[in-house]
Amino acid sequence: MSLDNLQNWHIQPGEEYTKLILDKADSGVNVLDRNTLTELEQIVDHFENEPPKALMIASAKSAGFLAGADISEFQDLKTHDQVIVMLQRGQNLFLRVERLKCPTVALIHGHCLGGGMELALACDYRVAESSRDCKLGLPEVKLGIHPAYGGAIRLPRLIDPGQALQLMLAGRMVDGKAAKRLGMADIAVHSRYFEEAGAALLKKGKRKQKRDFKQNLYALPPVRTLVGSMAAKQVAKKASKEHYPAPYRIIDFWKENPGGHESAYRAEAESVAKLFAGANSARAIENLVRVFLLDKKLKSEGKKAKFEGTHVHVVGAGVMGGDIAAWCALSGLRVTLQDSKPEFIAPAIKRAHKLFKRKLKATHLVNAAMDRLIPDPQALGVPQADLIIEAITERLDAKKGLYANLEPRMKPGAILATNTSSLPLEQLSEGLARPERLVGIHFFNPVALMQLVEVVRGQNTSDEVVNLALGVVTRIGKLPLEVKSSPGFLVNRVLMAYLGEAMKLYQEGVQPELIDELAVKLGMPMGPIELSDTVGLDICQAVAEEMISAFGGDSSDVLTIHIEKGNLGRKSGQGFYTWKKGKAIKQKASRGSNDTREISDRMLYMMLNESVQCLAENVVTNSDSLDMGMIFGTGFPPFLGGPIQYMRSQTKDVCANRLAELESSLGDRFTAKPGWDSLHL
Amino acid sequence: MSSSVYLIEGARTPILKARGKAGPFASADLATLAGRHLMMKTNIQTSDIDETILGCVMPSEREANIGRIASLRIGVPESVPAWTVQRNCASGMQAVDCAMNRIQLGHSDIVLAGGSEAMSRAPIMFSDKYVVFLGRLMAAKTPVAKLKVISSFRPSLLAPVFALEHGLTDPVVSLNMGQTAEQIAERFGITRSQMDEWAVRSHLRAAEAFEAGVFEDEVVPVIDGSGKLYDRDDGVRSDSNVEKLSTLKPVFEKPYGKVTAANSSQISDGAAWVLLASESAVEKHNLKPIAKITDVRWAGLDPAEMGLGPAHSIAKLLKANDLSMGDIDYWEINEAFAAQVLACVEAMASDDYCRKQIGVDAALGNLPIDRLNIHGGAVACGHPVGMSGARIILHMARTLHLQNAQRGVASLCIGGGQGGAALIERM
Repeated sequence: MSLDNLQNWHIQPGEEYTKLILDKADSGVNVLDRNTLTELEQIVDHFENEPPKALMIASAKSAGFLAGADISEFQDLKTHDQVIVMLQRGQNLFLRVERLKCPTVALIHGHCLGGGMELALACDYRVAESSRDCKLGLPEVKLGIHPAYGGAIRLPRLIDPGQALQLMLAGRMVDGKAAKRLGMADIAVHSRYFEEAGAALLKKGKRKQKRDFKQNLYALPPVRTLVGSMAAKQVAKKASKEHYPAPYRIIDFWKENPGGHESAYRAEAESVAKLFAGANSARAIENLVRVFLLDKKLKSEGKKAKFEGTHVHVVGAGVMGGDIAAWCALSGLRVTLQDSKPEFIAPAIKRAHKLFKRKLKATHLVNAAMDRLIPDPQALGVPQADLIIEAITERLDAKKGLYANLEPRMKPGAILATNTSSLPLEQLSEGLARPERLVGIHFFNPVALMQLVEVVRGQNTSDEVVNLALGVVTRIGKLPLEVKSSPGFLVNRVLMAYLGEAMKLYQEGVQPELIDELAVKLGMPMGPIELSDTVGLDICQAVAEEMISAFGGDSSDVLTIHIEKGNLGRKSGQGFYTWKKGKAIKQKASRGSNDTREISDRMLYMMLNESVQCLAENVVTNSDSLDMGMIFGTGFPPFLGGPIQYMRSQTKDVCANRLAELESSLGDRFTAKPGWDSLHL
Repeated sequence: MSSSVYLIEGARTPILKARGKAGPFASADLATLAGRHLMMKTNIQTSDIDETILGCVMPSEREANIGRIASLRIGVPESVPAWTVQRNCASGMQAVDCAMNRIQLGHSDIVLAGGSEAMSRAPIMFSDKYVVFLGRLMAAKTPVAKLKVISSFRPSLLAPVFALEHGLTDPVVSLNMGQTAEQIAERFGITRSQMDEWAVRSHLRAAEAFEAGVFEDEVVPVIDGSGKLYDRDDGVRSDSNVEKLSTLKPVFEKPYGKVTAANSSQISDGAAWVLLASESAVEKHNLKPIAKITDVRWAGLDPAEMGLGPAHSIAKLLKANDLSMGDIDYWEINEAFAAQVLACVEAMASDDYCRKQIGVDAALGNLPIDRLNIHGGAVACGHPVGMSGARIILHMARTLHLQNAQRGVASLCIGGGQGGAALIERM
């Protein structure tokens, strides 16, 4: 067979070993699409007939070894048989790689994920780069599936099976050194030693399978059952089997297929095919794949204009300003943090130090990040800053006074950003010499955990500044979402509708534990009552009042009563719940005589209704952005795809009818908002 | 004579008293904190700097060429060379002197020079005997041989060796610095109560100066990783009084000595930087220097009387610049010991001492006490050895501004028997 016309692979024959280099045509990264697989089949055919002395598989891309399957191809998979055919093709190919007569080694730098990891696992040996940038893992669960090119069989066979299960369940990626520790890689070295390390491993010949103590232990059925049920309990805290079956399927497969017999491959493919076939699991896959692709799209929004600056000046060292400054410093920017007195800056430096230690670990990196974060009570950083982020108290006069001070001292090209969550940019920019450079960059609390950042376009904000602000957000590794300057923007506005309904339920006497449990069952990461306590009841009330003044409605007495007693939630130790050591003390939820479907629908439909109106008012540019904002900003269940995608899957009529039912029993807060008529799903 | 060098700006950390455990910052951390702030204060860019020179007596084992470490961490470009100098207690002044020389030679136009020390982090070491024991243990091959070595273990082997104690002891004459202070106190008849009174004066003046905001442009508030803020020299005590001080026991020559912990400088941590520029750089970047450094002079003397070093170096400085003591408006003599500062004043006023020991025709003159260390000194704020030389130069430049005066001298004594003095003029 001719191998002359390979598009994606290069073969470099050598005396001691042959090198096979993956270099996908017209792409910055390697992914396993149909063409790449087809060519690999041809190559394996050839090697089966004329085996080289030894084989080294490497990547020509600087980004990494192999990022996994081509996820966009998932959307073509419609029937059970299509899925089985696709999976078995990959399984067979990797089995043939495994059974090549010659020893094989994968040289892994950068990312080695999903199908890429599975190819590496089919080799006899793996050499990983000893760098933090090297990421190995089987993250399929994040797309609602599990490894099915033999990965779910080979990883537990290679390393401690319990660890393998954990890695697959969390979809966790590990760096090169951790991979070596776990046994996923045989050695972790700098990439300059890849050839030497690979050659040394190949000299050992084909790998001999041996079972160690852990593998023998996990081969015992009672052990597997016990560990499996423990894992299932862990998973249940995060996702219900009904909405998100993939992790449960991983556990089942793991329990039932020890050792990796021939039959396991069929079972592995069947297990994933079933996920594609089940109504909820297929919806989860479809939505998670969509989220994955939209995430890339939003990030590419941030690449329209590259933020080339190096210095950020943050004004206001409170929780938000301090944490924004810390995050920017963590991301490699030089940051000056201004507040009126150094003692106001001190707590922010403490939190930053903790963050740096957690994220960076190595002392020299922690020091470097601390060196980049400069307390600046005298505002010396202003003339040097490429970006100023204002995060002071939410008072118009205070902010305008500050801007009047800052603007004359700013560099000509610098951006002035506000982290305001409530004041209209149009008012804030009044009096500025250059109102077009004021933009909102709205972070969420806690800054380190919340991936979404709203970039707020005021009427006067120039396109260039909006694009640069999107670029800033991308530069610091967050997900930018462009929103219009209107009260609450997107996330707080929809979130408040939802929290407000939860307060109503509470006032009606529904047990808070039940409210939270039903929300979690819906797929929210945390129930609304616990969330309010976590955010702080005073803050919830401030945001709520702002929404009420903009959109009407009535405020919640429960909040006022709590706040007057000094019960502010988690931070004061008492809110709706009593908090001990950062944890809410909860009773067991009991349904009583409650209509649980109505309770969860009330919370869900408040979000849907508000989302429809936001879309109609062009708060966001399109429904995809709205869904992404809701998923990453409010924790709307990703496997439901976001509010609009959810309505799409239920159909507009079904949703409109349910809303009308709620309206007739609960009143006009469930009246369809103006956007429903024009809503096209 | 060589041309003057301009002092553009300066900054220092607060001086943090060692309190029986490692302080919050390493020496390189301190240098970084002060340096990055200094670079924010001036319109000179880090890329305009031609070299960085840092004085430090005892960098930690992780801080080889600490000047380079600090330079990079401050954000000075990698292409800019950086080095470290050591002249014991005058290391910070040595850095300034080296910077001047480099500028005068025309090799550099803008130099970042300073001093840094974290004395609280001086290591505690194993004794030589214990090191020998460990060596024998490692060399022993058989279990029997090992047991034999182990049986020779004595608890006394574990007695710690304090690096700082050795650092503050002159190995040539085998006297610690406190003993040299006792010796010159005796020579000039300085009494215990004079020492204590000087110490109290130092504390009260420093405390007043902090209250009055004298250090606002000089001292950078710093925050450690646990969120603790340090915004002033924390050894300064506004409640210091002679009665209390008189109850302290001598530390260096028990039981009859006069030098106590309270009338000696404190062991502490800190860093100071100044940014120096040539005349052409001042013009090119349109800089507004706060002072010019006209000259730095060094002198040597008997190590057992090292505390009198300032008298010797000041004599040289005045002579070289054709000045008399009356031409100097303000004085900083680093307070290694209250006794030593007072002895310097006596020595300069003594015909006998000046003729015989310094080799000049007559006494240098009477130093007006009210012009000496007007904002307190190291007895109150501390003496991080590598830092002090740079600190007193910077502070003299500030003092001349605050007092609207023209000419000042900053001088210090140096363990090992030397003195250094710098002539500073207001711009």
